[in-house]
Amino acid sequence: MSGYLEGVMVLLAVNVVLAYGGFLPLAAGQLNLGLAGFAAIGAYASAYLSNVLNLSPLIAIPAAGIVAGLVALAVAVPVLRTRGIYLALATFALGQIVQAVILNLELVGGAAGYPVAAFIRFPTVALVAAVVVVLVCLLFATRFGIAVTAVHDDERVADLMGIDVRAFQVAAFTLGSIIAGIGGGLYAHHFSFIEAQYFNISLSITIVLYVLLGGTQTVLGPLLGAAMFTLLPEVLRASASWRYIVFAGALIVLMALRPEGLITGADVRRLFARASPS
Amino acid sequence: MLGSVYAMVAVALTLSIGILRFLNFSIPGLFMIGAMATWALVHRAVPWPLAAGAALLIGAAASLLVEFFTWRRMRMVEHFVPLVSSMAFLILFEHLAIVFWGSELRTLPALFGNADWRVGGLVIGLPQLMALISSMALIFILTQLLARTRLGRALRTIAEDSDTALLLGVDIGRIVPVVFVMSGLFAAFAGVVFALNYRQVHPFMGEMVGLKAISAMIVGGMGNVWGSIAGGVIIGMVEVMSIGYFGADFVDIAVYGLLLLILFIRPTGLFTGGLVGHARL
Repeated sequence: MSGYLEGVMVLLAVNVVLAYGGFLPLAAGQLNLGLAGFAAIGAYASAYLSNVLNLSPLIAIPAAGIVAGLVALAVAVPVLRTRGIYLALATFALGQIVQAVILNLELVGGAAGYPVAAFIRFPTVALVAAVVVVLVCLLFATRFGIAVTAVHDDERVADLMGIDVRAFQVAAFTLGSIIAGIGGGLYAHHFSFIEAQYFNISLSITIVLYVLLGGTQTVLGPLLGAAMFTLLPEVLRASASWRYIVFAGALIVLMALRPEGLITGADVRRLFARASPS
Repeated sequence: MLGSVYAMVAVALTLSIGILRFLNFSIPGLFMIGAMATWALVHRAVPWPLAAGAALLIGAAASLLVEFFTWRRMRMVEHFVPLVSSMAFLILFEHLAIVFWGSELRTLPALFGNADWRVGGLVIGLPQLMALISSMALIFILTQLLARTRLGRALRTIAEDSDTALLLGVDIGRIVPVVFVMSGLFAAFAGVVFALNYRQVHPFMGEMVGLKAISAMIVGGMGNVWGSIAGGVIIGMVEVMSIGYFGADFVDIAVYGLLLLILFIRPTGLFTGGLVGHARL
């Protein structure tokens, strides 16, 4: 596998992981606009653990994911007392703060960036990504998935049915942030160098866009969205600005024509109905 | 001075969220378009008042485009879908600006010579003063419009409950574009003011100012015009003070930390009392 191709494939795997990090809160009807911040926490925490404490990346990355999850928990519990877009705004603020703090933290290189000594290749990254995808799929086949979907569809009815709405929203958000942290850790350990500027608001927005494009109603949506919009620009090979213009244009049109995303719950049911004649 | 730019952008945002419950992330893009169009026209030797007027028109037109693709088609979908589409518009505007106008920092010529007043030890730039007065006047006109006119009443009805407004015969399909034109004008005007005063424009300038304006709006209380202005002033002061006490590196931490704190203790913002129309007059 050539270096370029490996780079693209790793980026694809990382984007898929990050997309699932954004999918979990969205599936519960909440928007996380600070995904880049959680990815940054994961990247820097895992890099610090493997650089300074000499931990294996396969231990450092999940540990960093838990750090990101703890930060998410600390934000979600107070903010989710209210409804509406406040969590989105709080995560937006948090993402900005994380970036600014890292820029000023000399311990991890500050604005100059932070080199990572340990290195993992594509198969490892792909394996971790596959485990994340499978785990999320399994999770959504349990009561948790049903409860989260109920909260997403109608908070009030879910509440009446005896579902603790807030607990499920906090859980989905925290789990999503752990996954985003893992994604950041994978990125750090493959590309060997991280800088705070990479984890900016545009990254958060792009990830949310992947998820919404793929569709939030099924577990496969984020996979499709992230894969399509990581590979499409590489195939187009246009200049960086035109890439963004095509991306944003496609997004606006898609959202206008198909606001539920590319695959919806109804599509999947239809597919399965056809596969198993009954 | 920067506070009044924040306040204008925050008013544009608050119009959108107060009346339509739509957090419109394309407004930082419209601010940038206002500023960069001013530069592009002045650069081609167009007199500045004409350039400013044309920039306002371009801003309003771009805002209508956003309306057509976000709000019009998405009244029935989940609340964050228009928000995400408007972010896509921000990305689109920024990169179109790079393609058409280049990604460098552009400088406008000094248009007003040395028009400073010296009052005692204080130096007051005449253009700055004009900008401050005209933006305050615009905001005053807006509040009067909302409070006194037929259009204002229709807008306040939509803000209260858009379904009821429809039942009462308010033509939402025709009035909502007016909201977008107004917020587009405010954002573009802020951009023109910025371009003429600071004389430096850049395709990504909207992000810096726009994100701070969003913070200003939330700190002040979403949907409250006077709250947005107060929020703009507060954010401006926090910025200046954190530079003074902790150094320039901590500006973002201070501003967004304040935002997070407000969301923790008083998520509705400092000034509640509701929507645009209820701004106490």
